[in-house]
Amino acid sequence: MLHLFSVPTISRRAGRVWYRNLVVFFRTWKVNFFPPFIDALLYLFAIGMGIGTYIKEVDDVPYINFIAPAILAISVMNSAFFECTYGSYVRMYYQKSFDAMIATPLSIEDVIAGELLWGATRSVMYVAIMLPVLVAFGVISLPLSLLALPLAFLGGLMFAGIGMCITAITPSIDSLNYPMFLFITPMMFFSGTFFPLALLPAAFQYIAVAVLPLTHIVAIMRMFTLPALSWTILLHIAWIAAVTMIFCVMSINLMKKRLIV
Amino acid sequence: MDEIIAAENLRKTYDNLTAVDGISFVVRKGEVFGFLGPNGAGKTTTMKMIACVSPRTSGVLRVFGQDPAQQPAEIKHRLGVVPQETNLDPDFTSFGNLVTYSGYFDIPAHTAEKKADELLEFVQLQEKRNVEVEKLSGGMKRRLILARALVNSPDLLILDEPTIGLDPQARHLIWEKLKTLQAQGNTIVLTTHYLDEAARLCDRLVIMDHGKILVEGSPSDLVKQHVGEEIVEVEKSAEVLACLTERSIPHEMTGDTVQIATDSSREIVKILLESCQPKKMLTRPATLEDVFLKLTGRTLRE
Repeated sequence: MLHLFSVPTISRRAGRVWYRNLVVFFRTWKVNFFPPFIDALLYLFAIGMGIGTYIKEVDDVPYINFIAPAILAISVMNSAFFECTYGSYVRMYYQKSFDAMIATPLSIEDVIAGELLWGATRSVMYVAIMLPVLVAFGVISLPLSLLALPLAFLGGLMFAGIGMCITAITPSIDSLNYPMFLFITPMMFFSGTFFPLALLPAAFQYIAVAVLPLTHIVAIMRMFTLPALSWTILLHIAWIAAVTMIFCVMSINLMKKRLIV
Repeated sequence: MDEIIAAENLRKTYDNLTAVDGISFVVRKGEVFGFLGPNGAGKTTTMKMIACVSPRTSGVLRVFGQDPAQQPAEIKHRLGVVPQETNLDPDFTSFGNLVTYSGYFDIPAHTAEKKADELLEFVQLQEKRNVEVEKLSGGMKRRLILARALVNSPDLLILDEPTIGLDPQARHLIWEKLKTLQAQGNTIVLTTHYLDEAARLCDRLVIMDHGKILVEGSPSDLVKQHVGEEIVEVEKSAEVLACLTERSIPHEMTGDTVQIATDSSREIVKILLESCQPKKMLTRPATLEDVFLKLTGRTLRE
């Protein structure tokens, strides 16, 4: 099986790749800091206050409070996935940055690990900028909602790994549209985000829990923001951890196969 | 250690293509060593194997006495690489590129910044220090890549077509810088399509074709050995051809001229003038290009 699951050796130099992306992020901070703000406000006004006027409560929770964790979870998904698909593809294919990096003591494993960590970091930053907005609107509770930050890292790493696997096998940048429309967009609606999973037919509920990664992030996020902790958080975390591990390892091996010839 | 690179029966095969077909060579400390050959000869693949970014299929390869398959990070720490493709980081300025790249070598920031300014001066780009690399001209980008290859003060510099696509001014500047580096005792390995460049820079070189090394030696020795001192070029005509064939003087036809390689052009010219009625005729010194075309043929490569 082409060593798809062999555990890669990663050095601390992966941090250099992460740091490079961080520096670029702050160099272009204007385009990076506003989208999360706008995003949060759009969701709150359009869905929370718009649709929320008709739907007062879901499961005894004000509708706007019900969707607030979903907004965070969707952002975790989008920012890491986008970063490790379009972002990484541009750096790999158009900018030849990975080629330049592996000419130094960095190995391809270090480079991809650094990119994955960076994808997760993007999620954390996105959530970190959204949190104050949601707090200001009084739709999430403190201090438990601060746990959204470590969750954003874990969830971000999962979507970074999934995205990087796709980047490793995509024939062109245009083909990246397929996972966007067939995987990310449907997940945005059917993962217990804007309506409870229980409204779905039973079969779809099982599918959502079994294979849709976003479902688990939304569930944990909601436990933090309402707050409504339950022991099932452990199952969700275990699911995310396992999937993260598998996809991150696989993405490094696939990238190695693509780039080291 | 005298041997910087040692390769023995080095091979690289892809699914159904042999890119490098069992080559052996040694590059010694302080020399400029060239790899010449038509497209697809295996030069770049060889460079990539030396630079530890492409694993070899078989054979022995040692760089600084170490195995690229076993200790890539240690080897790469001492290498400076100028790739064929310009892969500067478009998200940074000239200065930012050098400093960021230094980071990959674990060079502390203040050391890296000082070195970056020195190198910008070395390649005459100090005025472009804070300019985004996208705004640099092709020649400036190549110079910046050369500077980038030097951030870690490498013991071995690997250049894959360092002056590709440059105007004569920019090429001369790069040559001048490489001469300076050579004078400082650096070991340099390069590939090039420009045979005048190879003749000018290389102490020793190999000519490769179809993944094999055809010849090895210093540029002047190769010319003497494989072509001779001079070339007499005569415009092609039936009289000239008949005349040369009659006297069994070896000659080669290229387009509408006939080339005669010789060690004494006077004699050939005399014969031609006296008995062959040549139209246009010129005598020139033999070059590496003559060796190259003689060994690899004139057929166009992909």
